[in-house]
Amino acid sequence: MRYLTRRVLVLLLTGWAALTINFVLPRLMPGNPAEVMLARFQGRLSPRALAALTVEFGVHTHQSLLAQYVAYWGHMLTGNFGLSLTYYPASVAQMVAQAFPWTLGLVGISTLIAFILGTGIGIAAAWRHGSRLDGVLLPVSLLLNSMPYFWFALLMLYLFGFVLGWFPVGGGLNLAHQAGGWAGLGAIISHAILPAATITITAAGGWVLTMRNNMVAILGEDFVKFARAKGLPDRVVEFRYAARNAILPNFTGFAMAIGFVVGGALLTEIVFSYPGLGYLLYEAVLNLDYPLMQAIFLFISLAVLVANFLADLAYILLDPRVRAVGRS
Amino acid sequence: MSLLLEIAGLTVGYGAGPTAVLAVQDVDLAVHTGEVVGIAGESGCGKSTLALAATGLLDPPGRVLQGGVRYAGQDLLRLPPAALRHVRLRQIAMVFQASMNVLNPVLRIRDQFLDAMQAHGITSRREAVERTQAVFELVKVPARFLDAYPHQLSGGMRQRTVIALSLVLEPRLIFMDEPTTALDVVVQRAILQSVNDLRVQRDFAVVFITHDLSLLIEIADRIAIMYAGYLVEEASGPELYQQPLHPYTQALMQAFPPLGAVRSRLQGIPGQPPDLRQLPPGCPFAARCGKVRQGTCDTVRPAMTIVTPGHRVACHLYPVSTEGGKQA
Repeated sequence: MRYLTRRVLVLLLTGWAALTINFVLPRLMPGNPAEVMLARFQGRLSPRALAALTVEFGVHTHQSLLAQYVAYWGHMLTGNFGLSLTYYPASVAQMVAQAFPWTLGLVGISTLIAFILGTGIGIAAAWRHGSRLDGVLLPVSLLLNSMPYFWFALLMLYLFGFVLGWFPVGGGLNLAHQAGGWAGLGAIISHAILPAATITITAAGGWVLTMRNNMVAILGEDFVKFARAKGLPDRVVEFRYAARNAILPNFTGFAMAIGFVVGGALLTEIVFSYPGLGYLLYEAVLNLDYPLMQAIFLFISLAVLVANFLADLAYILLDPRVRAVGRS
Repeated sequence: MSLLLEIAGLTVGYGAGPTAVLAVQDVDLAVHTGEVVGIAGESGCGKSTLALAATGLLDPPGRVLQGGVRYAGQDLLRLPPAALRHVRLRQIAMVFQASMNVLNPVLRIRDQFLDAMQAHGITSRREAVERTQAVFELVKVPARFLDAYPHQLSGGMRQRTVIALSLVLEPRLIFMDEPTTALDVVVQRAILQSVNDLRVQRDFAVVFITHDLSLLIEIADRIAIMYAGYLVEEASGPELYQQPLHPYTQALMQAFPPLGAVRSRLQGIPGQPPDLRQLPPGCPFAARCGKVRQGTCDTVRPAMTIVTPGHRVACHLYPVSTEGGKQA
């Protein structure tokens, strides 16, 4: 239980820190969103309109910093992230809510597939380490893992989208406004395959490498040799003894990856013009849309924190030694 | 007493070709039903490698280069993997050095007994649990520890558990590789006492590997001394104690206090064991031997000689017998 309490405290503390930094950073920057909006309208706004905008954007420069901080917490807790400059008058919360399912569907599923695939291949390679299979898998995974994924995305797009014409080259952005039904679903899938393949292939290489290395180390442990001395079948030694222990460190990595899913695969989404959070962030940066950026960054950091917390909880279930630490 | 296990001309190397390091060279050793055979020697003399090779548990780069191991009429090293799997634990069990890592850290003790029995065809869960409880009683570990994880057990308890596991299928031979080395003297004594009691009850043979010659003299029927991969002397326990022939054995005897004798200064063995990568051409012990005869000991490797029935030694001080030195 002490382990759990400590984890919850860490979560709360880091969450508070993330929110506070999120509050401080934009206030260290010159200007405020209303002024940016004003600049965009190039003097066609009256001072009264500006004052109205200031109120609307929730920037109250005349208030004390402490009062602003309190108000900020109130907004955060009620999900009020202000208005987007780019998509004015849509609110930031609306924009994020619209993009989030797209990213979750694409990046979430690809990350999951990459983890399962990479871990499985890593187990197989480690079990046969030194064999020809291992000898081929190792450099291939290293290559896939170290290849810039946006470059790989461009390559995929050129080859399968442009040259072969199997998949649409872009236009995913319009999907969000299309009708549903089976045709809509088909369109969504055909737009998702190339970016999904890009993410899966480049990410799986990393999982193969870490899982293989963990597992090779575990295979040298006494309990694996003792498992063989017990006369256990190979499958049992491979999975119940070696892989079951080797996968533990990878769970932390997986939780991190799940956390970063929320940020979207920025460059992949840009290359494929995919309507996810990554693309939204890109738009926000291009347009100096601070409220939107701020909200997305906050969303990403909170997602990473929560994912880490869940990984710690999963550890309690997976590793009895962690439970012991909690008791002592 | 009938012949149970016969190691003949066993040579084991790490690596391949001319650069291979020979950890065990041309070792002959027989184990009969119900007897305790002790193997003693310094660290790195090849005693653990011998045990692993004899049970087919040697991992690459370790390889059996020559010789064979016969168990109950079968050549163990040429058995197909499935058949070898059935010999393990059921016929020949192995107890590793007492270490933190012999048991799978993420499985309950109970499950590590059950999977072993399941692998050997005991499918009834009730029978498996009953057998497990019976051996737990034998090694004097409370049955409630069946539900524990390995890290919740003390070192002595863990080692008793491993011994219980080695007994659960009533094997005819148990290899014990420094089973009590990591434990304190009191626990050591208690464990050895219970192993000996069990042996009398269950009538299994033990190959006991240790660097503690004084311990072997107490518990072993026969003792084999190894040096730099060679078996240099073999005799019954009492005979070896009263009349050690090989200068190395004599030196080992002087390295621990004799039972009930007057206080005398203990003597270590000067020098270091030779580098196994570049063994000198003659007797491997020549460089550290007080009785070395230049011109013979440093150039000609001594052959195994039967001095009296049941007592053989590989040393130039004892003339070669006509039988050629192989044990009858």
